[in-house]
Amino acid sequence: MAVFGSLSQPLPADPTPVETPSVDWAAAAPLLVLVGGALVLMLWSSFVRSRRATHLYTAFTCLVAVGAIGAVVPLWREVQDADRGPFSTFGGAVGVDGFSLFMTVVIAVAVALAALFIDDYLRREQLESVEPFVLVLLSAAGGVIMSQANDLIVLFLGLEILSIAVYVLAASHRRRVTSQEAGVKYFVLGAFSSAFFLYGIALVYGGTGTTNLIEILEYFSTTVVTDDGLVLAGLALMLVGLGFKVAAVPFHFWTPDVYQGSPTPMVTWMASGVKAAGFAGLIRVLVLAFDAYAVDWQPIVFALAVATLFVGAVLAVVQTDVKRMMAYSSINHAGFVLVGVQAATDQGVEAALFYLAAYTFLIAGTFGVITLVGRRGDGHHRLDDYRGLARTQPGLALVLTLFLLAQAGVPLTSGFFAKFYVIVAAVDAGSTVLAVVAMLSSVISAYLYLRITVSLYMSDPTEEGAPRLRVPVAAGIALALCVAVTLVAGVWPGSIAETARDAVPVLAAVG
Amino acid sequence: MTDVVWLIPALPLAGFLVLLVAGRRLGEPGAGWLATAACGGSFLATLVVYAGLLGEEEHSRSSVTTLFEWMPVGDLQVDVGFLADPLSIAMALFITGVGTLIHLYSIGYMHGDADFPKFFVYLNLFVFSMLLLVLGSNLLVTFVGWEGVGLCSYLLISFWFTDEANASAGKKAFVTNRVGDWGFLLAIFLAFATLGTVDYGELAAGAGELAGVTATAIALLLFLGATGKSAQIPLYIWLPDAMAGPTPVSALIHAATMVTGGVFLMTRVNPILAAGYDWAPDVIAWVGVVTAFVAATIAVAQNDIKKVLAYSTISQLGYMFLAVGVGAYVAAVFHMITHAFFKALLFLGSGSVIHGMGGEQDMRRMGGLRKVMPVTAATFIVGWLAIAGVPPFSGFFSKDEILLYAWGSGGAQGRALWAIGLVTALLTAYYMSRQVFMVFFGEPRWDEPVAASAGAAAADGGEAGDGTAGEAGHAEVRPHESPWQMTVPLVVLAVLSAVGEVINLPFTDDLHFLERWLHPVVGANEAHIDVATGTKWALAVGAAVLALVGILVAAAVYLRRRVRAVEPSVLAHAWYYDEAITRFAGGPGTRFFEAVAWFDAHVVDGAVNGVAALVRTGGRRLRAVQSGFVRSYALGISAGVVVLLGYFIARLYV
Repeated sequence: MAVFGSLSQPLPADPTPVETPSVDWAAAAPLLVLVGGALVLMLWSSFVRSRRATHLYTAFTCLVAVGAIGAVVPLWREVQDADRGPFSTFGGAVGVDGFSLFMTVVIAVAVALAALFIDDYLRREQLESVEPFVLVLLSAAGGVIMSQANDLIVLFLGLEILSIAVYVLAASHRRRVTSQEAGVKYFVLGAFSSAFFLYGIALVYGGTGTTNLIEILEYFSTTVVTDDGLVLAGLALMLVGLGFKVAAVPFHFWTPDVYQGSPTPMVTWMASGVKAAGFAGLIRVLVLAFDAYAVDWQPIVFALAVATLFVGAVLAVVQTDVKRMMAYSSINHAGFVLVGVQAATDQGVEAALFYLAAYTFLIAGTFGVITLVGRRGDGHHRLDDYRGLARTQPGLALVLTLFLLAQAGVPLTSGFFAKFYVIVAAVDAGSTVLAVVAMLSSVISAYLYLRITVSLYMSDPTEEGAPRLRVPVAAGIALALCVAVTLVAGVWPGSIAETARDAVPVLAAVG
Repeated sequence: MTDVVWLIPALPLAGFLVLLVAGRRLGEPGAGWLATAACGGSFLATLVVYAGLLGEEEHSRSSVTTLFEWMPVGDLQVDVGFLADPLSIAMALFITGVGTLIHLYSIGYMHGDADFPKFFVYLNLFVFSMLLLVLGSNLLVTFVGWEGVGLCSYLLISFWFTDEANASAGKKAFVTNRVGDWGFLLAIFLAFATLGTVDYGELAAGAGELAGVTATAIALLLFLGATGKSAQIPLYIWLPDAMAGPTPVSALIHAATMVTGGVFLMTRVNPILAAGYDWAPDVIAWVGVVTAFVAATIAVAQNDIKKVLAYSTISQLGYMFLAVGVGAYVAAVFHMITHAFFKALLFLGSGSVIHGMGGEQDMRRMGGLRKVMPVTAATFIVGWLAIAGVPPFSGFFSKDEILLYAWGSGGAQGRALWAIGLVTALLTAYYMSRQVFMVFFGEPRWDEPVAASAGAAAADGGEAGDGTAGEAGHAEVRPHESPWQMTVPLVVLAVLSAVGEVINLPFTDDLHFLERWLHPVVGANEAHIDVATGTKWALAVGAAVLALVGILVAAAVYLRRRVRAVEPSVLAHAWYYDEAITRFAGGPGTRFFEAVAWFDAHVVDGAVNGVAALVRTGGRRLRAVQSGFVRSYALGISAGVVVLLGYFIARLYV
């Protein structure tokens, strides 16, 4: 604002230098690691040409992801330090708090898992190239920006960086028309929803005079707004944009088509990292900045959650394509996270964070198995293709069973506690009805997971001559990781839950 | 000594893990022996804890061993801990004891099965889950065990997963239980929200402060969970179908242990039940007694040897809920224990028969087996006399106790409960005698074809499932006695069924061992009845006479063939309850249980009717929306925008 203010005045004789905001580069370290990694990878690939290059790209991408997590550690210590605490930087546009760091780790983990599944896929489909890895890294950078954004413009930038890379990923299977179709659909609808989001930002700016979340919060706490039509309309439009990203009903239409058409390992990323980033943005805007308007947006999120839970559960049951089933199932999961958001309490955010962390491993693992079962051509996704998998591939079938049971919320898996915490948060916040609805939807969706499981263990394979599946090393590592986390978090959820408790988002002033 | 309580579930868990890793290498019979040893060791550990509790003063016979802090929920902490108290140890004793015998039996029964080691993996996992259920120190640990036993039950029913009937039955069990679990979870959340704890000790202490409506809601939601697990009306339909699994599984899960989980739960939360409205226990008593009666009538007309026992189990569980409902918790546990003995015996005996008959399950093709299977016959007859309520066998005493409390609960309602219970006892004696006469007495009918008209009852699921598959050819059946691994458990269980009543003989107060043992847990809310000694004797003698009448009538019908058998088809078809649900499967309320199978037949098999039809007719608009066209999706999103904007604008002006 200072810039515009100075323009209206006559120019002084000797111009004072423009004050650039103080930049804490260390605070941006995870982001820089991701972006830097993407750039290095792209440059490197133009020098190195090797048949084994894909392996190296995968290893490098994982290294970058681990590096980003490593960069989070000192920041996390700083934020948890009672003397330092959460802070904002880049002129208040980027917030470093437990929440953004937690989400950064979730996103980085999703990057590593996606890269491990992409690895063999590219070789199998003869699509070896470096671009998918670069795109996932860039998309992750967008996600990290979203989870750190303390300014609506920054949030929008993050959203677009995240999305554009994902559109390309969706269309990245060059020889499959369905993949192209998925990319175009995702792009057109994504642009459509982004337009709403941007317009929402404009309206909020019109209503409050700022796009900075900290200032918006301050504005509401110090000003009595008599005519808040602009703010409310802006909030509604922003909800549309974010609702689209997290695939909340009724902004979910793209999900089944895009998940079905896109290359399966790319869906791993879409269902885990992209969704997590979307929720990060949603929580920052709704729970943090628009806390004062909770009574206004809570009923809307309530309605969205109910619709999302039910449409996800019911339509999942009637699908015959496993990727579509999982698409609807992921919609159902989004409904559960919305239940946590709806509570609008610290406990609700904790529950949502736990859910997203657990869900990232679950859904990545599930789509990882689907990638493998898809076989060459990525086309074996009918339920029939899973019949008798337990006979030919007992290990893989067991792993998929575990993921499905966890998604159904069976105890001793992370999925149980994910649902448990969300529902406890809803009950504590007085949203008993929503808790009951969420549990009902989980009863319905249990049938879905059971249906796939039964297919696995029943009947002989329809194609006797189908070649035995081979589980590649990279995918094996990723699956092992997912299984381990799912089981360990199912027995000892404490460590993740306590970390999530420490990750309560704060809108801290610049410091 | 009570701090070794963690060993009780740890041993089966260790057995499960070892078998999971090395089961194939151990092979047959190594895997079976290892599993049996794990379960047996668990039994010994239970004995040690039992001895430790006996050494304590009565009021301090309760100790919680916390393993680790489990999870933070809000400001609360939930621990993984085991509660060793009279109730949990009484349960654990018969679970591990009967469980060990069933493990041993399975070594013989599963001989030659390709998946021999895997069977024992599941069996040990089941015992572990069941012990978690009863030993858990709070509702959440119990719930984990609760889900675990459900999962194992599902896995074990679908053990031969190539078989469509088994897989479908397994699914029915899973989904029906899920409906019950939903009630259980809601109860947990409600307890959380109102009392801020799920720990049994704190729940018992805080139950008094609960509002009547809340306590009633928690109790009835838990009861909904119990009806699912313990196969009561309306969620009982899965249990008869679950008989598709191997017979030792039926014995262990669907008779002796898992199905009693619901009764255990209601006994455990007796302070909450007591804090609720007075009508809540009445609901439980009526559901119990009606289930007992209905299931007994169905059992009268079944021809599948295991289905008779399945409906009989439902009926006996109904008695236990009747006991809970009238506040006779001791009698409920008493009957639970004696039932575990004699029903496990009957199931294992029927398994021995099926084994000897080469996979045959239709009682009309049996007869005269006592000559070729003397041990099985003798032990089965003990089980029969026990369940039929013939003194001095164990079932007579435990059932009589329940009926006595029903009578003593007073008023017209007490008399009605008692009368229905008594008629059920008569029916029980009748159908069990029918079974014994058809199987072990009379002329051998081993090679006779079954009349076509009667095939229906056997065809719906039971026939296809069981036995040492593969040798079920009907060419020439030569029944034979089973190996020692199978007969030894039968003999042990027969002895227990015969003398199991000594744990709580009614004659003098000194003999009420179980009542005194359970007093710290249920004493405060146990009903106190005031019935004259003469009336007690009259009731007992009446029940015994009625049992004999039932046996004599059955003898006249099935042994002497003096009277024609009355087996109305409405009973053979289980009051058409199952069919009715199937028929109305489109209805929203029933979709979640029986419609599951219906869903499956229509959707899994890819046929575009059934649910697809539902979606097509009901949701044509929905399909049109998911058309694949970007423009219609954009329209959908825009509609959402309009609704959202409209809502906020409406908030402005309303």
